Amino acid sequence: MMAQDSLLRLRDLKLYFRTTKGTVQAVDGVRFSLGHNEAVVVIGESGCGKSSLAKAVLRLLPRNVETYEGEVFLNGTDVMQLDEEAFRKQVRWVKMSLVPQAAMNALNPVLRVGDQVAEPMMVHYDVGKEEALAQAQRMFEHVGVPLDFMQRYAFELSGGMRQRVAIAMSLVTAPALIILDEPTSALDVLTQANIMNMLKRIKDEMETSFILITHDIATSSELADKVAVMYAGQIVEVSDAFQFFTEPLHPYSQKLMASVPRLRADVEPEFITGQPPSLLGLKPGCRFAPRCPMRHDRCDQDPPVYEVDGREVRCWLYEGAGTRVAAEEVARA
Amino acid sequence: MRSLWNNVRQIGRYPSAIVGLTVILLVVAFGIYTVVTLPYREAIQLWRGGEEIWGESPKMARPVWYNLFSRDKLPTTIVLDSREGEAIKSREPFGDEGDDITLVYTFDYAYDDFPEELTVFFEATYEEKSPYASLMWRTPDGREIRLGQVTLRPTETYRLALDDRLARRLRDVPPQIALFADPEIEEPTPVKGTYELEIRVTTFEPNVDVEAKWVAYGQVHGLAGTDHRRRDLMVALQWGTPIALAFGLLAALGTTVTTMLVAAVGVWFGGWVDGIIQRITEINMVLPLLPILIMVGTFYSRSIWTMLGAVIALSIFGGGIKTFRAIFIQVREAPYIEAARAYGASNGRIIVRYLIPRIIPVMIPSLVSGVPVYVFLEASLTLLGLGDPVLPTWGKVIEDARAQGALHNGQYYWVLQPAALLMLVGLSFAMVGFSLDRVFNPRLRGL
Amino acid sequence: MDVVASSSSPVAADATRETMLSIKGLRVWFELRRWGFGHAGSVRAVDGVSFDLGYGEAIAVVGESGCGKSTLMKSILGLHLPTEGQIVFEGTNVAELGSRQMQWYRSHVGYVQQDPFGALPPFMMVSRILEEPLVINGVRDKVERQERIVQALEEVKLTPVDDFLNKFPHMLSGGQQQRIVIARAMILQPRLIVADEPVSMLDASIRVEILKLMRALQEAHDLAVIYITHDLSTVRYFSERIFVMYAGQIVEKARVDDLLANPSHPYTLALLAATSDPDPENALTFKDVPPGEPPSLVHPPAGCRFHPRCSHAIAGLCDAEEPPEFEISPHHTAACWLFK
Repeated sequence: MMAQDSLLRLRDLKLYFRTTKGTVQAVDGVRFSLGHNEAVVVIGESGCGKSSLAKAVLRLLPRNVETYEGEVFLNGTDVMQLDEEAFRKQVRWVKMSLVPQAAMNALNPVLRVGDQVAEPMMVHYDVGKEEALAQAQRMFEHVGVPLDFMQRYAFELSGGMRQRVAIAMSLVTAPALIILDEPTSALDVLTQANIMNMLKRIKDEMETSFILITHDIATSSELADKVAVMYAGQIVEVSDAFQFFTEPLHPYSQKLMASVPRLRADVEPEFITGQPPSLLGLKPGCRFAPRCPMRHDRCDQDPPVYEVDGREVRCWLYEGAGTRVAAEEVARA
Repeated sequence: MRSLWNNVRQIGRYPSAIVGLTVILLVVAFGIYTVVTLPYREAIQLWRGGEEIWGESPKMARPVWYNLFSRDKLPTTIVLDSREGEAIKSREPFGDEGDDITLVYTFDYAYDDFPEELTVFFEATYEEKSPYASLMWRTPDGREIRLGQVTLRPTETYRLALDDRLARRLRDVPPQIALFADPEIEEPTPVKGTYELEIRVTTFEPNVDVEAKWVAYGQVHGLAGTDHRRRDLMVALQWGTPIALAFGLLAALGTTVTTMLVAAVGVWFGGWVDGIIQRITEINMVLPLLPILIMVGTFYSRSIWTMLGAVIALSIFGGGIKTFRAIFIQVREAPYIEAARAYGASNGRIIVRYLIPRIIPVMIPSLVSGVPVYVFLEASLTLLGLGDPVLPTWGKVIEDARAQGALHNGQYYWVLQPAALLMLVGLSFAMVGFSLDRVFNPRLRGL
Repeated sequence: MDVVASSSSPVAADATRETMLSIKGLRVWFELRRWGFGHAGSVRAVDGVSFDLGYGEAIAVVGESGCGKSTLMKSILGLHLPTEGQIVFEGTNVAELGSRQMQWYRSHVGYVQQDPFGALPPFMMVSRILEEPLVINGVRDKVERQERIVQALEEVKLTPVDDFLNKFPHMLSGGQQQRIVIARAMILQPRLIVADEPVSMLDASIRVEILKLMRALQEAHDLAVIYITHDLSTVRYFSERIFVMYAGQIVEKARVDDLLANPSHPYTLALLAATSDPDPENALTFKDVPPGEPPSLVHPPAGCRFHPRCSHAIAGLCDAEEPPEFEISPHHTAACWLFK
């Protein structure tokens, strides 16, 4: 599994914000990899830092950043070393793009949607308007929006249509990787299903890789080749999708899976007591320990990441079962 | 309420707010001090007063502290009153029945400029025959100049400038200059030293007494200078403070609260109620405020209360309604309002307890920022001649100054002092208002 | 209490329960106004809904946005007046009540909303939030109010109660806020609770907790619950009957087990197909869902409203006449010509 991960590698990625109440450690040493034409789903609940992760990868930083460090290897090159101008020209929207949360509400209300989709082409590839619109047209076909909609404005489209337009905008420059932050949360079930179908098709047709960030575990299974579970700013498990959904390793993953109500199986869902910790003022030790049924003394120290059968888990329970992964992962004392 | 207060305290993060608050507190303290030390009735009397109150003040004198900044030391007013024992009084019998009363006034003069006016106020007690006074002037460099003669009535004011014969004797040089100027120097320069004024009064009856007060009006007087009616401007500057603050606060409060209530009622009931309110607002916004106020002032009354009432009445249905309405429309859709309806809350209760508390954070910055608007409005109205005829306000001072051509005559202090106070009040409230705005409107916080 | 004869609705309430609420031929239309005076048609949000609800019964109304479920719910709460039809609660037609009696009715129906933070006035403390319904409905004794507030908080497991009484909504987590909303809905001891997507804005791990709480409360107090949601997967644990709504009408009614075992209406089939369980096989298949969007409620399609998207539509029938409800098995109906 590791050999294939040649498209994107994140190592010890950190993003902390300064706020009036202190430092928010939104992304605290994230590590996973992604290969070509592969989809990784980052599962996490609200407040775990997953939206910040999307921004961290694409360097869309707000003004109150305190720490931003780590390694982001794109096709083998560490793009963290690039300065802002170079990053903007070479990486953002050229190699990686983003469909942010509630993107359908973030469309420019005064531009026609066709023009909006064409815009990234003109900005990044310096092509004329005609060519850009032609490319936009192709994208509209990919996402399943009728071509005559290109002349319309955002408010004339339904929620599902607008989300497709937002996805078209992220596709138009044919990036190798698209990050989607909660792409279907605000949509109806049928529309959700249609959009997931569309994403599957695009993955086949355009061989794009995806990072899908969501809290909806059931939907995530639609697209996942690999699953990464995020909790309190850290990745606690990375697994192949099949293995994850049948047998999750980390206690949090297990509890999450148990909390999903199932339509087709007769299993009463369970809930997890307590709440995730705030990202302000995190204490040392395993962050899930207060809610973990298998908590023990070692959990007072930050658990390292162990590799077990090609999967990675950040939990002391796997100390014997797997090999410890790179020493720098062990966080602050 | 507690959370509201916590929010308000947050303006402490902004230096401009701290400065603004400090200034406001100082101004308010000044206002309170004024009201306590100089009661209203007294102030009005002073302001209306004429000779009897302001007789010893010069006209249009600059403030005393002007001398700190000027190379030439301008004279302050010198008052020597024989009743206070400030003159050497002696009496000698004269003739059969009367006396010769001599009053000698001695004073030092060290200024670089001349007094504005010279006057002697006599008070004589006699039965039939008027005493006769004769004045003599002695300069430090030994010159003696005869000033004039005056027949005394029970009260008599001898203004040297109005004495024709003196004028001829001084070759038409104004007495306040001629009596002090150094004859050697071309450019009129006062001689510094000790001067003496001798008044010899001859009486023709027994038991006559004469007192006199010698006033050399300075060019600087008082902490704030004086106006054309010799009134000490401090009275107006002091009393202008509580008046301006009260007017500003009452108008801002009255307008904002009423506007908010009207907007709330309109938005909640919707339909034709809202329609009527909107139409009234639109018509009212087109109506010109000042001309209407002028009409009210001219045909009805110029009292400050009438003006306050008219201003509030005309401002309620103004732009504020549209702003509040926009916010209320948003708030109206909030789920908790719907929940309140679901558990049976009446319309009145929803408006007062659910809608209005939501808008108070927005109302506060608008209220604070509105105060200077009304303060300036009051000053502007006075400038247009609509001011309260009785009250000493900052606007009145500026209006008097304008009418007397103060800026033409270089009497900048007359305009600048009230203007500075107006600006101070305006700026400080504005700074606090802006900071409150930033606190209560999170989207502006980054600025 | 009389059992209201429900001849117009083939699916009566569960035979073991008496009917508390009976909805007959309900239509709720909103006029579209043009330029203040003209009339440009109506949004037919609820267009012919009939069902009965028994005491203590939990039903779910499932549908996508724009299907009219929210409007249906608000009409039951007394927040919208019906354009046609009846809402009969314990023998009284709600639509005909004056404002005094409306207040009586409203105190019997509790409302749990979707947005836990928005449902609570941000400037009121928890104790005040819970006190409001009591004050409005005439509970004059302060001591009694205090007691009821404490009791309500205990029921939703927000203990120790003193920790919560003086807090403002923004100091609480989403789950805690929703518990307050539930406590508030229950404080007047209603007979019916209407819950509009009560957990959709909460995190996955908390949803189950809140739903279980509501289920426990329902059983403890024998409350009737109308649970409105778009998420089919939660329905089976928290309700007995399920109604599927589309474009202002109920297209299928069944007991939950029957529906899952034998889904009938094409729209129900689509909803089931679209709802995923966490199953890695999903990534390998495409879902069989109809394309398109729900229809406009101003100009709904002629005949069966689902026909433009239905792969089983019968030309000449489905696009011409509105299908009535056909009984598929006892207590299981579908409004679809396929079941004639």
